Amino acid sequence: MADLPNTTPENDVELLSFRISEQEYCVDIMSVREIRGWTRATPLPYSPPHVKGVINLRGTVLPVIDLSARLGMEPIDGIDQNVIVVVSVGGTTAGLLVDAVSDILTVSQDEIQPPPDIGADPSACCIESLLLVEGKLIRVLDLKVLLPNAPRDAA
Amino acid sequence: MSNDPMAEIRSSFFVECEELLESLQDALNIMDEGAHDCETINVAFRAVHSIKGGAGAFGFDNLVAFSHRFETMMEEIRAGRLALIPDTIKLLFITADLLQDVIRATRDGAAEPAGTQEVLIALEALLGENGPPAEEEVDFTPMGLSFDFGDTTEDTTYLTDGATGWSIAFTPESGLYTSGNEALLILRSLSQLGATKVTCVVPTDLPAPTEENAETPFLSWLVHLRGDVIEDDIRQVFDFVADVCQLEIEQIQGGIDLGTDPPSTAVEEEKPRPAPVTDTVAASRPEPAVTCAEVSVPEQADPPPPANASLTPTRPLNPSTAPSEPLATVRVDLEKIDQLVNLVGELVINQAMLTQSVEKAGVGHQPDVMSGLESFMTLTRDIQESVMMIRAQPVKPLFQRMARIVRETSASVGKEVRLRTEGDNTEVDKTVIERLADPLTHMIRNAVDHGLELPDKRREEGKPAEGVILLSASHRAGRVLIEIEDDGAGINRPKVRETAIRKGLIAPDAQLTENEIDNLLFVPGFSTASKISALSGRGVGMDVVKAAITGLGGRITLTSAPGVGTKLSISLPLTLAVLDGMVVQAAGQTLVVPLSAIIETAKLEADKIHHLAPSAEMMQIRSEFVPLFDLGQQLGFRDARIESASGIVLLISQEDGRRAALIVDAIMEQRQVVIKGLGQSYGNIPGVAAATILGDGQIALILDPADLVRDGNLSSPRDLKAAV
Repeated sequence: MADLPNTTPENDVELLSFRISEQEYCVDIMSVREIRGWTRATPLPYSPPHVKGVINLRGTVLPVIDLSARLGMEPIDGIDQNVIVVVSVGGTTAGLLVDAVSDILTVSQDEIQPPPDIGADPSACCIESLLLVEGKLIRVLDLKVLLPNAPRDAA
Repeated sequence: MSNDPMAEIRSSFFVECEELLESLQDALNIMDEGAHDCETINVAFRAVHSIKGGAGAFGFDNLVAFSHRFETMMEEIRAGRLALIPDTIKLLFITADLLQDVIRATRDGAAEPAGTQEVLIALEALLGENGPPAEEEVDFTPMGLSFDFGDTTEDTTYLTDGATGWSIAFTPESGLYTSGNEALLILRSLSQLGATKVTCVVPTDLPAPTEENAETPFLSWLVHLRGDVIEDDIRQVFDFVADVCQLEIEQIQGGIDLGTDPPSTAVEEEKPRPAPVTDTVAASRPEPAVTCAEVSVPEQADPPPPANASLTPTRPLNPSTAPSEPLATVRVDLEKIDQLVNLVGELVINQAMLTQSVEKAGVGHQPDVMSGLESFMTLTRDIQESVMMIRAQPVKPLFQRMARIVRETSASVGKEVRLRTEGDNTEVDKTVIERLADPLTHMIRNAVDHGLELPDKRREEGKPAEGVILLSASHRAGRVLIEIEDDGAGINRPKVRETAIRKGLIAPDAQLTENEIDNLLFVPGFSTASKISALSGRGVGMDVVKAAITGLGGRITLTSAPGVGTKLSISLPLTLAVLDGMVVQAAGQTLVVPLSAIIETAKLEADKIHHLAPSAEMMQIRSEFVPLFDLGQQLGFRDARIESASGIVLLISQEDGRRAALIVDAIMEQRQVVIKGLGQSYGNIPGVAAATILGDGQIALILDPADLVRDGNLSSPRDLKAAV
C-alpha cells in the first residue's frame, strides 16, 4: 500500500469502461492487460455460444468471449470497430469482445453500490456492483464469474 | 531470502542430494539383485556420506543425525560385519526412502517425517550384540581438512615409490587476502608442478566466521609435492605472496607415504574404520564442519560437497562412481530452456510466415531463394530437434519413484512384490515425465493392490509367492511406449461385467467382447476392488488415469489373460511441442491432422460410398469397408455433408488398429506445427487435441482423429458433449 502515489487516495479505483449494445460496463483496470482490435477468431467446436473462439496473442492461444452473448444479449458479429479487451484474473487470461472502449474512470469506493436483488437474470450474476457517472448507469463486471473456470485438477 | 548468497548454494545442495539419492537407489537395486561387491556398497556408502557432509556444511542437524546413523550402518556392511541378507536390503530401501523424506523436509523447512527413529533402531538392531561401535566417531575433534585438487590424487601409490619430494608449509598472514591473493589458486598452481597432497591445518581456536574476519587468515596448509621440481619453481608460485605469508620449503628424500598421512579415498577401502581427514567434513558434528565450510566459501575454495563441478571420479565427496563414464554436464534453469523452446517455436512459425510471404511476392521459384529457404527450413528443424533433446530426460527417476510406491504399497497390503524395470534410460520430454507421475503411481498401486494375488493364493496356483511387476519404457515409431505388466490373476471379467451391470454402466443383457469388458475399467465410476483399501479405490479410478494420459496426447490400452496377468500399455508422444501435420480445410475452417494418424489419402467417389444405416456411411477402400465421417459435421461446423460435393478422404488409423475415413474439403499442405495448449478453460473438446499458429498468424486446431471417430462410433458427438 505504501507504494501507491499520494495523489490517489487509498479508496479510489480505476475502471475501464466499454460499451456493449448501448449499455455501459466496466472492469477493474488492474485486471486489464491490453486492448486490441478485432481479429478473426478460430471457432472451437462444441463450445458455449458466447465463446467466440481463440486468437493468436503473440504466440499464445487466447480464448475470446463475446461479452454481449455472455450477458444474454445479441452476439456481436465481429467487425473492425469491435475491440478485444484482454483481461487476466487469477491466472486465467481471456479476451472480452466488446463493441467499443469508452473511458477510464477514477471513482471512489463510496460511489460504487451493490446491485439490487432482481432475481435470476443470467446477466445479473456477472455484475458485481453499480456506478452512477454523470447520471449514467455503469455496471461493474465480476470477472471471476465471467471468465471460464480455472483448470480443474485431473488426478 | 532472495538476496541470500547461501540460498543458491543451498538449493544446489538439494539438487545434488537428488542425484545422490538416485545413485543410492541404483546401488541398492544392484545389491537387491544379488551383487554384493565392494564397489556397489561403496557407491551407496559414498552417497549417504556425501549427503551427510553437505548437510553438515549447512547445519541441517536432523539430516546430519539421520544420515550419520545410516552411514554407520553402511559402514558396517562395507566392513562385512553386517550381512546383506534380503531383509537387510529391504530395510535399507526403507531407510533410503526416509532419507529422501528427511531431505525434502529439510529443504521445505517441514517437520521431520515420522518413522525415522523406528527404522534406524530396526536397522541398528540388525547388528545384534556387535552393537554399533560408531558413536565414538561423532566425537572426534577435527584436526585437518583434506583438499583434493582435481586430477592430482587419483592414486596414492605413485607417492610411495621413493621419489624425491617437497614438504611445503604455507601459512598466510594478515594481508594476504586483503591484497587480493587467494590461497586456493596458489595451491592449484602447486598441484600443476607435480602430484600434491594438501592438508589443511585448522587451528583449535578457530573463531566463528563473521563479516569482519572474513579476510583474516586462520588456516594454514601443509603440502606434499612429489616430483622433479626445483625449489625455485615452488618459490615462484609464492612470488606474489612472499611478504604476506610464512613459507617453509623442505626437501624430502625417499618416499612420501601419504597412506599414513590423512588418508585419501583411494585407501579408504583397505581401511574400513579410519579416522580419515576426508571424513572430517562429514563425520564430525555439524559445528566444526560449518566452520570449515563457511570460512572456505568467502575464500572461494570449493565448498564441501555441493555446487562444485567435480573433476575426478575418485574424489571422496563425489557420487558419480557409477560404472558409466561421467559426462560433463551443465546445470541450467528449466525456465531458460523453456524460454528457448518457446523462442524456437516462434522461429518455426516465423519461418513458415516467411515462406508464405516469399511465395506471395512471387519470388519463390528463383533458385537461390528456393535453396536459401530450404536450408533455412532444415536448420530450423535441426535447431528445434536439438532444443527438444535438451528437455528430454531419462525416465529413471520416475521409475525409481515407482519402486518406492511398490515397496510401500506391497508392505501395506501384505503382498510380496518385486518391481523390475527395463529401459530406464529411455528419454522423454520432461513435461511428459512430470505429468506421467500421478497416473503411473495410480496404475502401479492398482497392479499391486488389485492385480497381484496374496502370497498364499499365488502358491496355490503354483506361482512363486513373490509377484513381479515389470515396468518398461521404450521408443517405438516416434512415440514412447510405457508398459506396466503384472503376473497376477488378470482381470476377472465376469466380476467386472457384474459390477458394471450393478452400477448401471451397461445394460444387463449387453453383449460385450472381452476387450469391451476390459475397457469398462476406464469408465468413470467403476471400481472393482471388493475391499476398498486406502491405496486405491478412493473414488478416482482408471478413468482419471485415462484422462491424464489422453491429456498428454497419449493412449492407454489394456490386455489381460486370466491367471497370467494384466498389461497396461501407454503410448505417448516424444515431445509435447511439435508435430508433423497435414493442414486441411473442412467447412471453411483450417485444421491440422497429425500425420502419424493418416495412413493414406484418397478421392471421395460416390460409387464407393455405401449406407449401413440411414445415418451411417461406409466407404470402400480397395476390398475393405471403413466407417465414413464428415470432418466438418463431426466438429459441428456444418449440419450435413453436401451430398454431391467433391472431397478428399483421409484414411486414419486408431491405436487398436481400426480404421476410419474422414472427409475433408481440401488438403492445403504438409508441415511441422508447433503445438499450443488450448488450456483447460473449456474442458476437453472432443476430437481436438491442441492448437497451432499457422504461417498467416491464424490459429488452427489440431485434431485427434482417433478420438473424433471413436466418439462417432458410440453416439453422435453432440450427444456426448451434452452428457459432459
